[in-house]
Formats: sequence, C-alpha cells, structure tokens
Amino acid sequence: MGEYKKAMRRAFPYTVPVLAGYLFIGAAFGVMFADQGYNVLWAVLMSVVVYAGSGQYLATNFFVPGISILQAVFLTLMVNIRHVFYGLSLVDRYNRFGRKRWYLIFGMTDETYSLICTTGVPDDVDEEKFLLSITLLNQLYWIVGTAIGSLTATVIAFDSTGIEFAMTALFIVMFMELWYRRSNRPAELVGMLSAVLCLALFGASNFVLPTMVLMVAVILLGRKKLDRTEADADA
Amino acid sequence: MLDAVSSLIIIAAVAITTFATRAASFLVFPKDREIPPTVKYIGTILPPAVIGMLVVYCLRSTQVFAYPYGVPELIACLTVIGLHAWKRNVLLSVGAGTILYMVLVQMVFV
Repeated sequence: MGEYKKAMRRAFPYTVPVLAGYLFIGAAFGVMFADQGYNVLWAVLMSVVVYAGSGQYLATNFFVPGISILQAVFLTLMVNIRHVFYGLSLVDRYNRFGRKRWYLIFGMTDETYSLICTTGVPDDVDEEKFLLSITLLNQLYWIVGTAIGSLTATVIAFDSTGIEFAMTALFIVMFMELWYRRSNRPAELVGMLSAVLCLALFGASNFVLPTMVLMVAVILLGRKKLDRTEADADA
Repeated sequence: MLDAVSSLIIIAAVAITTFATRAASFLVFPKDREIPPTVKYIGTILPPAVIGMLVVYCLRSTQVFAYPYGVPELIACLTVIGLHAWKRNVLLSVGAGTILYMVLVQMVFV
C-alpha cells in the first residue's frame, strides 16, 4: 500500500489542472442531469460507470420517452470513436502492465489520455502505479464535480457560463509543453490543421471522425519524414 | 425522466459503448500478440497530433462569422499562451485564462 501512497503523492501535482477543470465541467453535467429530474445518486452512478465528458453531456438527452437503446449506443459511439485511436497509440505501452491496465483503459478520457502522454514518469515511482494514480485521481475529481453540480443545481444560481474554457486552456498548455520539444511539432501541426480543415468541411458536430482518419492517413503517408523511432535509433 | 429500470438500461448501454471504444484496440492486440512496427510508430506520433486536434475540438463552437466574432476566445487563448510562455506555470495559465474568459463572455461581450 505504501507504494501506491507514494505514487499518488507523486502523481497529484500533475493532475491539479484537471482537478480545476473537472470540478467545473463535472458540475455542469450534474446540473444538466438534475434538470432532467435525476438526483445526485444517479449523477454519481453515471460518473462512476461511464466516465466520459462529452459522452455524458450527450447522454443527458437520452433519458426521455421514445429513445431507443440502439440510438443511444449509436450516438455514444459517434461521440467517443476517437478513443479507438487513443487506445491504438497505447497498446504497446499498456500491454506490459498487469490486469489493472483495464482500469487505465476504462479511464482513458481526453484529459487523462493527454496527461499520460505528456507527463514523464518520475524515476522513483513504478510507471503502472503512477498512471493508475493519475487515472484514479482524475475520476475522483470528475465524480466530486458531478456531485457538487447535482446537489447545488437547485440551491445556488451561480453563473458558470464560460467555465468550460478550463479544458481549452489545459489543452493549449499541453500543446505548448509538447511544442518545446522540436520533434513533436510536425505531428502537432498535422493534428491541428487536419482538425481545422475537417471542421470547415464537415461542421462542428461531425468533424472528429474524419479528422482522426485524415490524421492517421497523413501520419502513415508521411512516415519517412515523421518517424522518430528510427531517427532516435540512428542518433 | 424515465422509470428506474429504463434509466439503468440506458446508463448500462452508454457505459458499455464508451468502454468498448476505449478497449477496442486492446482486444485487437492482446498481450501475447506481437505489435506491428506500424502500430508502434502510430503510438509515438499520434498523441501530439491528437492534442493539436483537441485544441480545435474545444474551440469548435466559436462564433467566428457573427458577433462576437471569436474575440473572447482569441483574447483568452492569447492570454493563456502569453502567460504560459512567460511563467510556464500550468495552474496560473489555466486559472487566469478561464477566469478572464468567463468575465469576457458574461460581462464584456454580452
């Protein structure tokens, strides 16, 4: 247990920005779900078993008479399809871990994925325990945020308009942290430009899947220029 | 609001579907299967590309062609970039940028 305690303590500082963001966007979900008539127990249940930002926002629309399960599954699939690609980029790393890796896979939200990919594991902690700590802490923030939103929805009228910018700011900061290492720059630009192009072509609600496909295509076609594994091996 | 049983069924469907998207690649490449070099290569290049995409994803609903013409987002993003280039303190950059954005959309560009 001591090992996990240490990993938690080392992981905590890296998760603080997610703490700030998740408390608020988790709360926003709690409010939306409360508006549909669901109390705090329901909201917490969702955040424990689903744990997805935009997925849970979307899901608040499913709790109305007439929705079919198939519809709920299809819409959830569309909004979360990008996670297939996140998983693809982590199979090599996670397959070295034990059974607990399934919790890492379950908890692979945008924020957790990005944090895990951009954070170097400190030398004095076990990698698996460190990543489990990050994932667990993030989910706890999400659950607490959800509960706060749900409980206060009817009590306080706090104008939280614009709070969702916390996530934008967090991704900008991660983008910059990667940018400081020159070899990341081409891939970052590929992602950003693919997204801008697909946003212009397909519109705000349908551009993520085409963006992922375009990105992977460019990454595969540009392998000679982009591949760092071989370049690093040569150096 | 639906009855409890229907609600639980919907929650289960959303939970299973979400987990399925996250687990799909791990089911295709279980532990004992050799990972092709191409997939390893994608694993090194995709994360920075995804973060580039997520920046755009977060800003996808920005009103560029109508009032307020994306000005609040532009100001807030530049503030985050400036602060982070200057102090490189994640909390400061995210916190100050978010508060500024909230002030802009609630009080300035209304």
